Amino acid sequence: MSLFEIKNLVKYFGGLAAVNNVSFKVEKGEIFGLIGPNGSGKTTMFNLISDYYNPTSGKIYFKGEDITGFKTHKICRLGIGRTFQVVKPLGRMSVLDNVIAAAFSRVNTKHQAHDLAMETLEFCELVHRKDVLAKSLPIGERKRLEITRAMATKPELLLLDETAAGLNPSELDAAIELIKRIRDKGVTIIIIEHIMKVIMTISDRIHAINFGQTIAEGTPQEMANSPAVIEAYLGEEYAHS
Amino acid sequence: MEVFLQTLVSGILKGGLYGLIGMGMSLIMGVMGIINLAHGALMMVGMYITFACFTYAGIDPYLTIFISMPSLFLLGMLIQKYTLNPLMEVESILPENQVLMTVGIAMVLTEVARFVFSSDYKSVRTSYSGDTFFIGDISFSVALVAAFFIALAFTLCMFWFLLKTDLGRSIRATAQDKDAALLMGVNSKRITILTFGLGSALVAAAGTILMPVYYLFPDIGGPFTRKAFVITILGGLGSTVGAIFGGLTLGLAEAFGATYIGMAYDDMIGLLIFILVLLFIPGGFKRLLKV
Amino acid sequence: MRKYSPILLLFILILFPIAVRDHYHQHLMILVLMWVVIGSGWNVIAGYTGQVSFGDAAFFGTGAYTAGLFVTKLGISAWWGMLFGGIAAMAIAFPFGWICFRLRGAYFALATLALNEVMRHIATIWESLTDGMVGILVMQTFVSKVPYYYIALGLAVISVIGVQIIMGSKWGYYFVSIREDQDAAESLGINTHYYKMLSLNVAAFLTGMAGALFMNYMGFIDPEVVFSLHDISIMAILVGIVGGVGTLYGPVVGAFVMVAVHEFFRTGFFGFFKGIAALTGSDMITVFAKYVMQAHVLGFGILVVLVILLLPNGIVGDWNLIVKKIFPVKTREVTS
Repeated sequence: MSLFEIKNLVKYFGGLAAVNNVSFKVEKGEIFGLIGPNGSGKTTMFNLISDYYNPTSGKIYFKGEDITGFKTHKICRLGIGRTFQVVKPLGRMSVLDNVIAAAFSRVNTKHQAHDLAMETLEFCELVHRKDVLAKSLPIGERKRLEITRAMATKPELLLLDETAAGLNPSELDAAIELIKRIRDKGVTIIIIEHIMKVIMTISDRIHAINFGQTIAEGTPQEMANSPAVIEAYLGEEYAHS
Repeated sequence: MEVFLQTLVSGILKGGLYGLIGMGMSLIMGVMGIINLAHGALMMVGMYITFACFTYAGIDPYLTIFISMPSLFLLGMLIQKYTLNPLMEVESILPENQVLMTVGIAMVLTEVARFVFSSDYKSVRTSYSGDTFFIGDISFSVALVAAFFIALAFTLCMFWFLLKTDLGRSIRATAQDKDAALLMGVNSKRITILTFGLGSALVAAAGTILMPVYYLFPDIGGPFTRKAFVITILGGLGSTVGAIFGGLTLGLAEAFGATYIGMAYDDMIGLLIFILVLLFIPGGFKRLLKV
Repeated sequence: MRKYSPILLLFILILFPIAVRDHYHQHLMILVLMWVVIGSGWNVIAGYTGQVSFGDAAFFGTGAYTAGLFVTKLGISAWWGMLFGGIAAMAIAFPFGWICFRLRGAYFALATLALNEVMRHIATIWESLTDGMVGILVMQTFVSKVPYYYIALGLAVISVIGVQIIMGSKWGYYFVSIREDQDAAESLGINTHYYKMLSLNVAAFLTGMAGALFMNYMGFIDPEVVFSLHDISIMAILVGIVGGVGTLYGPVVGAFVMVAVHEFFRTGFFGFFKGIAALTGSDMITVFAKYVMQAHVLGFGILVVLVILLLPNGIVGDWNLIVKKIFPVKTREVTS
């Protein structure tokens, strides 16, 4: 049994199919990349998984259980954490309080939540910023806060939505290193990413979509050689040259 | 049957006027994304202008439209420019500051009116106020029919303005997507100021043409604000076409409610509709009609 | 110093009725304490949870009517209303929140406004239960104001401490998370609908208790008084924002300021104009003074406008800003 599975997922907005009959399986412990050009339906997929939208049809399974249509907060409590492409810091709360709020999904007392939050902050190397208001963080650290907060909910599966976009080169390396450490903790990761350097170096397998439909799936190496993927990204001429 | 038809007619006549009130609110709602709780108070100011012009200068109430509308247009623009727009730059915990502000403005307008005109009921009684004519057995109040057609004319003018003029297009663009409109070179601050002025002028017109058949006191704004937001929510927030449907629906519901249930429940019917719409069609008619 | 000021304040408040014996000032202080309770309630749902309520009067009136009806219909003491008034207000808040928390932001605010109106209509129309516009009159228990003062003080202290405890717990973190970003809150495992309901019920309970206190203390209520949009709902918002939205002591400061401002206008600048009129013997000033006293709602309205424009986060929230404006140099290091 796969840890996570999507079966024939479809989502229509009006007459437009944002996600059209996509299926994939994610195995425990792997980093699963989700790629595709802008507007190809990647973020919509995450929003379907965490129930910000209801799918038009199709099923989502987590640990063998059908979780289609479960409420967002329930999905988090089942063990699926997520970050947002457009970061959503709890602005007028300190970084520590942001993480404590997340930690309360697993523990009930303030004391335990504080400990869990501190532990997670240390793991994600954000502890030196714990007393800063979240809204005054620069973009790189905001992205890191997103990950930290999601980690504080102790997920088994983590959905990362373009956590590397907008980072400078040294931040980028740090982000890759963090994602690898998260995986080493035993957390399965599905990652949406535009930056090829990131997705190619860390993914075990990659699933490519375009116009809401699957165009290829395989290892990073297979992806780099797939005509369909190259065509989607660079246009038709490059695919045949 | 006769009672039914009579009720239907009075409902539609009232509904036309409500449409005009709701349209001003809808415009403001669409462009600024806030509900203007001073809407009824602005209407009240328009009504007092008509009252003053008629009583002290002897001007026919319908002609006072040419005074009340420009005055309220100006007042609306000033309110937007000096009280609502500055709030966009202030950072505060509550995003509803602008709505709170309109509550404050409504209080100020109402109390100023009380100061000047006292709390007494006022009315404008012209020679034709009580006139009626008959079609079959159904009676029509001359003033209400006139009000209905003036409201209709204004509504059509607004549509022409919104659809055919550059300024109207800019307003619609701002209502649809503020940021995109900004990028396209629309001066969104100027648009909000104009829109608030326009919305105020429309509701002032509604107040003026209502005057010959209605009465007036400083607190009259409250019930009309409530009606206006029931209409806007019924019609779908920000939709001008929806506002007309919303106005007609509310007018009919009130008329039938008053005839078949009882006068005392007049206000309750509006609230009941409001709650039902929230529950069953949260998008209002806009969603049903896709307009 | 900051740490001990609440205790100092409490100490002063306990001694107040012993030091100040005239009924007028005791009366004002009872009102202040009542508004601390209502303001704290509003602050929980609006200030901390970010769901602005225009309908506090619905809960206040429900509490007051519960207390009143205990006397007129059940023949038991109106003091039972102190507990059951809060519970009755929650009984209103529960179905209302269940339905209306699917609305966000300004739409929710509008729904609370509608609730306010619906409750007032029900209290007016249901004459067999409430006596409609006639209102409810009950005998006051005490002649002296001092017992009421201490009951009000007790209630105010309970509210402030209660809010402090709630805000330091999981609930508090969840409330503020919802205010800051509802989508993010959901993704962190927060059942936002449920916690908004909790928050509204806390507010309703406190406001309902304050309503019951009002019934006991004033001895008379009618729908126009306790379900008043201006005098209760808007006043609650003012107490909340003047003091400081989302701050523990904001409602305390706000209640003091707003009751003082209310009195200030009602009495014609504390009798200032009357005094001048008596001094100069001018009829014009006497007439003017009368107008000023009638215009207290106008003063309120102007205050709403000014406060929102200049102090959007209230006296406590913008304290550093105020201090900086008044003493531009001296406090530069303090404002961390």
